Order: sequence, then structure tokens, then C-alpha cells
Amino acid sequence: MSILQPTDAAAGHSADGRRSRPVPGRPARKRGKRHYGIHIFLTVLAVMWLIPLAWTVFTALRPKADTDKYGYFSLGGSFNFDNFIQAWTQGGFAQYAWNSALITIPSVLLVLFFASMMAFAVSRVSWKFNVTLLIMFTAGNLLPPQVLAAPLFEMFKLLQLPYSISDSGSLLNTYISVIAVDTAFQIGFVTFVLSNYMKALSSELTEAALVDGAGVWRQYWDIILPLCRPALAAMGTLEVIFIYNDFFWPLLFLQSGDRLPLTTAVNNLQGQFLSNYNLIAAGAMITAIPALVIYLALQRHFVAGLTLGSSKG
Amino acid sequence: MSTSTETNPAGAQPTAAAPARRVRRLSGRDKWVLGLMVGLPTMIQLALVWIPTLLSAALSFTRWNGLSLDDIKPAGLSNYDFIAANYPPFWPAVQHNVLWLLFLAVVATPLGLLLAILLDQNIRGSRIYQSVFFTPVMLSLALIGVIWQLFYNRDSGLLNFLLGTAGTPHAVDWFGDSGVNIWAALVAATWRHAGYVMILYLAGLKGVDPTLREAAQIDGASAVQTFFRVIFPAMRPVNVIIIVITVIESLRAFDIVYVINRGTNGLELISALVIQNLVGEGQVIGVGSALAVILLVISLVPITFYLSRAFGKDKEA
Repeated sequence: MSILQPTDAAAGHSADGRRSRPVPGRPARKRGKRHYGIHIFLTVLAVMWLIPLAWTVFTALRPKADTDKYGYFSLGGSFNFDNFIQAWTQGGFAQYAWNSALITIPSVLLVLFFASMMAFAVSRVSWKFNVTLLIMFTAGNLLPPQVLAAPLFEMFKLLQLPYSISDSGSLLNTYISVIAVDTAFQIGFVTFVLSNYMKALSSELTEAALVDGAGVWRQYWDIILPLCRPALAAMGTLEVIFIYNDFFWPLLFLQSGDRLPLTTAVNNLQGQFLSNYNLIAAGAMITAIPALVIYLALQRHFVAGLTLGSSKG
Repeated sequence: MSTSTETNPAGAQPTAAAPARRVRRLSGRDKWVLGLMVGLPTMIQLALVWIPTLLSAALSFTRWNGLSLDDIKPAGLSNYDFIAANYPPFWPAVQHNVLWLLFLAVVATPLGLLLAILLDQNIRGSRIYQSVFFTPVMLSLALIGVIWQLFYNRDSGLLNFLLGTAGTPHAVDWFGDSGVNIWAALVAATWRHAGYVMILYLAGLKGVDPTLREAAQIDGASAVQTFFRVIFPAMRPVNVIIIVITVIESLRAFDIVYVINRGTNGLELISALVIQNLVGEGQVIGVGSALAVILLVISLVPITFYLSRAFGKDKEA
């Protein structure tokens, strides 16, 4: 039954905790009066919270001609998706979205792969430097990225590549540079979380496998990894959002505007669409949609991931 | 790397009570496999995180235009002298970073905690409120900069319409006016930070043993007393994380000011100054690196604090 332990620790914080709560019924009624005030406060705050997003959606849905005619603060004119279509087809957002996928998907897979191997080695096998390495990995993730910007930029510039691989003749302006650094930067955090998770798995699991003559790789791949599925799902979801939302590394490494991912491309919105705020709003919403869709679909994993990262410390 | 037969859980000091985890001596092939499993991620981490960090420190003592490696000239401490004495944006940037930290610590984080406390009370629609407050956490700070730009714009932004100043000479350009833009940016940053803090504290509150609360109430403690004397201290692990996140976020703040105006004109931050010195004409790698080292040294304070909490525990256990 000890197998279940880490699963509880993982999902337990958010999902189980919520599920096991009593259904709001009598205990809630008892303090009904106090809740009345809380509801007013929360509703006002929630409306304030939604205003910036709602304003963006509202602006994005209106044609520029109508806002010019009636003003931005008005209800006149029509509402349609023309701005979205224009941003997608002519504004290059189709390309940006594709670039985001090209960067995010390989990075997340590499992060999960390398971090789970490292976490296995530091948590399931005892050797001299495992804690030292784990501390180094965890600390690396906490550094401000700007600290290592200059040397990384220069290293990538100096690394000669044949022009058949990179049209810049170096690692600059390639997706590889962004994927590599995103991966390196995120490995630390995921290693830390997964190693805590793996530590909680019973040692008997792998001992039994050892008796059966299973090698290290089989213990990792066939026994430990499948048990880590909840943690891997949580970390995968979290990392998709983290890397999709990464603004800085593409900004530093990618010089061609048409290679930028969505998050970094928003930096150019003002220059690109001048003061066509309707189009800027549509571009902003297109950039927000993938993150919001992932949130709606995988909310449980995302929150579990966040709380897993903070369950120890 | 040495593999050993005695395997205490990850570096714990040997304690008598710890269940002895014994793994038989690893075969030669297993050692190779383990070596790769550790070696590959470690090499990536060293090559792309730690060696560049050390190189940053080294470059901060040089003068370099970023062109040819032969042009690197030793410069001693002159970059640091220049920053402290002759670089006008530096001290404003330090002030802004401090202000950023104070604002997050005094406004955004307590707001998130308050939301968590209110939402933890089993009120109806709690999930909906949670989703609303948490939505901005999903968005990048760069995108948040753009969204709030639309809200703050002088002539087309909603805020000036609501204040009734749009189109009049009194209309404020919230992100453009160097007197107010740092505050406007902080409000936008709070929009995201409070939701983040809320979700972490919600998890923390659910982890608190309910009997603690009951015991305090039986002893006659008021709700406020119960929270500050009993519940809050019981959430120590979460509090540590929140402190670290708040400090680190205020040092890492970059995306939002860079999107607004590249971190100039009232929005200077150390992180933005680093980048301003690295890109564009007249690259001054030495000065940029010196700023990076200053940022690094300050960051080491929360990082060390966090690591001592996260890993110090192992030794006690």
C-alpha cells in the first residue's frame, strides 16, 4: 500500500483536499451572514480582476472602422472575428503559433526525460555527491536569466555551424539555442520535485526488482517512471505553460522576427500594428488562448504541479 | 562517482531509526548507465547555466565590445566604479527593484493570502472565484504588459474612460508618464502575483490539521487570533516558498517593463539594464556583466535561504 503514498502527496494537496471537503450545506448556512459580506467583496474583486481581459476581448471583437467612428468606449458598430483572422493570416500569428509549438514541445519532453533520470539517480541510489548535485540543480533554476545572458549569447555566436544547418552560421537565430537553454533552465526545478516524489516511493519496490536481477535502467523505466505518472503529468502541464510563456530566451537568441514564438512576438505588436489597438488586442488574445485552454483542460494537473513544487521546503 | 552499498535516503545523516535501505553492489553495466543518467543532465546544467554564470563574473572585470575574443581587455573593478558613480540609471533601477519587492510583499502577497483565507471557508462558488483570480497566473508577464497597455492607454484605454479624463488634457498616459508608470506596472504585476500566492496558500491551508483550529477555538481564541497564532505558523513550509517567490519575482521582473518601454523612462530595473548594455549599438559587455553580477549576488540571498530550508531539513530528519 505504500505505493499509494506519493500519489496522495501529489494530488492530495489540491484535488483530494477539495474533493473530500464537506458539501457546502449546513455548516455554510450557519455562518451565512458573514459570508454575505465575503461574497460582495469577492464579487467586486472578481469583476475588477476580469476587466482587463474583458476589455481586451471587447476591443478585439470590434472592427477598427467602428471604433474610429464610435470611439473605443462605446457599444456601437458590429462585432466579429475579423481582427483575429487578420492577425492570424496577415499578422504572422499562424507562424508564431507554429514557432511556439516547435520550441515548447521538444523542450518539455527533454526536460521531463533528463530531469526524471537525474531525479532517479539522486533519490533512489545513494552516492557521494547526490545532494550536492541536487542543490546545484535547484539553485540553477532560481537564478535570474539575465545573469547568464551575455556569456550564453557570445558562446552561441562563437559556435560555428555549417550554413546548411543554420543560416546564421552559428547557434544564434536557431530554435535549438532556445530549446537547449529552456531545457537546461527548467531541468533543475523538475529534478527537485521529481526527486522528492521518488524518495517517497518505497525502497522495497526497487529492491524486489534487484533481487530479480533487473538493471538500473529497468528499475527506472519500468518501475519508478510508471509510478511517477501523476507527478510527470503535473510537471508536464506546468512546464508547457512555463516554456510557452518564456519571453526572454527567444528575445535574446532569435533575431528573425518570423521565428519568434507567440509570447515574444507580442513585444513587436505595437510596432507591427501601429496604433491599431483592435488588432493588437486580437494578437494578445491569440497569445493568451493556448495558455487558457491548457488551464481549462488540465487545471488539476497544473495546480498539483504548483503545489508539488512547494510541498517541501 | 562512487556508488556505495549503504543507501541512506539522499544524504541524510545516518540515524539509527532510519530504515536501512540496502542495495546490492551495482554491476559494472549499471554504473555506466547511472553515470550517463547523472552525467548528461549535469553536463547540460553546467554548460548552459553554471559555466555561463561564472563567465559573467569573469567578464565583469573586463572591457569588451562583444566582437572578437582578442578584444577582451582586463579592466579590474572599473566597470563597478562606473556603474556606481557614472551610470545614471543604476540607482533608480535599484530603487525600483526595492519598490517592486516592497509592493509585492506589502500589497500583492497579503492580498493573495486574504483571498485564500476567504475562499477556504467553504463559501458557495469558491471554485469560480478561484478560477477568476487564478487566470492571470497562466499568462506571461509580457502578455500582461500588452493587455494592461490596452487598459492604460491615454486615448483609447478603458481606465481613462472610466475616470472621465479620456480625450481631455488631464488624461494620464499610465505606462508612458515616468511619474506613475512604475505604479501602473506594479498593479499589473499584482494582478498575476496575488493569484499565484492565493493558490499556494489554498493548498497550504488545506494541509493544516483541522484539530489545531478546533483546539484554538475551544481555548477561546478569536478567528483572527486562531489564524495568526496557530494556522499561519503551521503553514511554515508554504510561507518559506512564498517569501522566496516574492523576493525572486521582484529580482526577475523584466518582461513587463521590457514590453512597455524596454525598461527606460521611469521603469528602470537592474535586469533590464543588463540587457540594454548587451544588445544594440555600442555593446558594453563588461558593464552589462557587472550589472548581472550585482543581480546575481542579490539573488543569492533568497536562493541560499530557500536551499537551507529545503535541504537543511533532510539533516534534521
